[in-house]
Amino acid sequence: MEPLLKVRDLHTSFFTPAGEVKAVNGVSFNLDRGRVLGIVGESGSGKSVTAYSIMQILASTGKIVSGSIKLDGQELVNAGESVMKTVRGNRISIIFQDPMTSLNPTYTIGHQLMEAIMLHSDRTKAQARERAVEMLRLVNVNEPEKRMKQYPFEFSGGMRQRVMIAMALACEPDILIADEPTTALDVTIQAQILELMRSLQEELGMAIIMITHDLGVVAQMCDEVIVMYAGSICEQGTAEEIFYNPKHEYTKGLMRSIPTADTAGSKLHPITGTPIDLLNMPEGCPFAPRCDAAMKVCIHSRCERMRLNEEHFAACWMNVKEGLEKGELELEEEGGAAE
Amino acid sequence: MKTFDENSRPLVEVQHLKQYFNINVGAFKTKPLKAVDDVSFSIRRGETLGLVGESGCGKTTVGRSILHLYKPTAGEVIFDGKKISDKAGINELRKKATMVFQDPYSSLDPRMTVSDIIGEPLDIHKMYSGKADREQKILALMDRVGLNSEHASRYAHEFSGGQRQRIGIARALALNPEFIVCDEPVSALDVSIQAQVINMFVELQEQMDLTYLFIAHDILVVRHISDRIAVMYLGKMVELADAAEIYDRPLHPYTKSLMSAVPQPDPKIAKANKRIVLTGDIPSPLNAPSGCPFRTRCPHAAPCCAEGMPEFKEVAPGHFVACHRLNEI
Repeated sequence: MEPLLKVRDLHTSFFTPAGEVKAVNGVSFNLDRGRVLGIVGESGSGKSVTAYSIMQILASTGKIVSGSIKLDGQELVNAGESVMKTVRGNRISIIFQDPMTSLNPTYTIGHQLMEAIMLHSDRTKAQARERAVEMLRLVNVNEPEKRMKQYPFEFSGGMRQRVMIAMALACEPDILIADEPTTALDVTIQAQILELMRSLQEELGMAIIMITHDLGVVAQMCDEVIVMYAGSICEQGTAEEIFYNPKHEYTKGLMRSIPTADTAGSKLHPITGTPIDLLNMPEGCPFAPRCDAAMKVCIHSRCERMRLNEEHFAACWMNVKEGLEKGELELEEEGGAAE
Repeated sequence: MKTFDENSRPLVEVQHLKQYFNINVGAFKTKPLKAVDDVSFSIRRGETLGLVGESGCGKTTVGRSILHLYKPTAGEVIFDGKKISDKAGINELRKKATMVFQDPYSSLDPRMTVSDIIGEPLDIHKMYSGKADREQKILALMDRVGLNSEHASRYAHEFSGGQRQRIGIARALALNPEFIVCDEPVSALDVSIQAQVINMFVELQEQMDLTYLFIAHDILVVRHISDRIAVMYLGKMVELADAAEIYDRPLHPYTKSLMSAVPQPDPKIAKANKRIVLTGDIPSPLNAPSGCPFRTRCPHAAPCCAEGMPEFKEVAPGHFVACHRLNEI
């Protein structure tokens, strides 16, 4: 079956005075209907740029250099603005991290919701109003009729994020992209919003791409996980595989870095060094300079993505090394250490 | 595990601290915003007290009031047995108690070099004998927090977030303090860098015999670093206990929901976890509910909760809770 969203070898760069910044560097993944995909990574890993590339809402210096993004078989890269206008909001919606700046402070909530609804469907004003109230009710905003007439400043952070979700879902998109949707919120409000997203997902059946740096949010929400570092995917698999059986040194490092109830009173095991400079990318594996297990091969050449089992991919030479040691892999010729 | 001498006097004692801010609510009318309302606790020498709560609960204000960055409306701060009252006392306090701020971008002056940033507290308190001594002290501090001494003449913008936080920590260590208020020092950092900085705080504490008030909203971080944890809600302290105790067996309904809302980085636990999801938002501190501040969101609220703030009392050794209905729920 054709996946809902198929991204292949996506390269997105920003052309700055200092040079080309390869923010997304060969990203490929599939997203099926009704699944929740988490993209995790640290700042600058390219997770948001991947999402913005799918929506084609990059800053003016950014450009999709190559690759393919297919929605239901339809190519979106170079499809043109008129096609994208029918995709954005209708087929794919996005909510952003900061609900404070995503809403226009000079219009009422109702006006902004109705605007989005009328733009993407041929509803009349009265129908749009009805739909807007219905959506606010769906995201558990109390007294929606009254709230429609209020301005964003009269809403709390959690309430604004609910409005953003209502707006994003008003046209029943197939995919909801959530870019750090709860990062700006308090823990108890975060729990409310995550609960809401999960129940709406079950009710409406859309797929979600959840972009976050918080592994706790991923564990709670996602079926599948992509781990990104320096614009590339290091590891990809089901949430269980990624958390219980990580196969990339970076993912392992991340898991060791998070404090949990069990780490109290002991030392954490951080990843050493500082994040990578995207203007000066190393030749080999981008994580090699910070990797404790780095080998010679890691410095010189980048490991291709390898399938470890049905639902688990990783791009780490350690797996090749382990495979060779266990005799599961054989060296063919020079440098030909592939399955 | 750290051990504390229960008989010796705590390093920091806070007694009935109140910090009100007057907010303009009309052209000629002001109203007190009770950012911190009658909070008492103490921190033992060498201890890390974690302070958690949601935005607007007053946790940062507590930290700043202890250092007298604000003049407390009422209540007392006793540092090392001495009551802080006059200007000389405050000056003395600031040599021994410093602060690390949340945002490593805005808390460092962009026009100053790293060595001037770290050296500023030394300049203010005249803590060196000559230029060479100052230089040497600064380099020693940079070394202590893992900064390369070659970077002394650079400006803050040339550093990454994690390194900037190290600069902020070096500045806080400049006067050889006994007590540091750490106000969300790792929340702006990425996970891998966060772990480096947390480890550094732990190591510095061991080496320099430091006492921390560690303010953060990330409960897993606080659980990791703290000996005891205090929970605040709308300017009031609602629970205070040993870190493991409060994390595993919270008693106050707010603490219970807070602990259950923590996203656990483990899919099986996270998906099976029964969360207590609170309804509604935190009320504005300007219009705080009467009685128990949490009653508007509390799943166990009863009419009695509207009558008077519940007493903050010790229910088990070292475990303090403020709840009217503790015995019934």
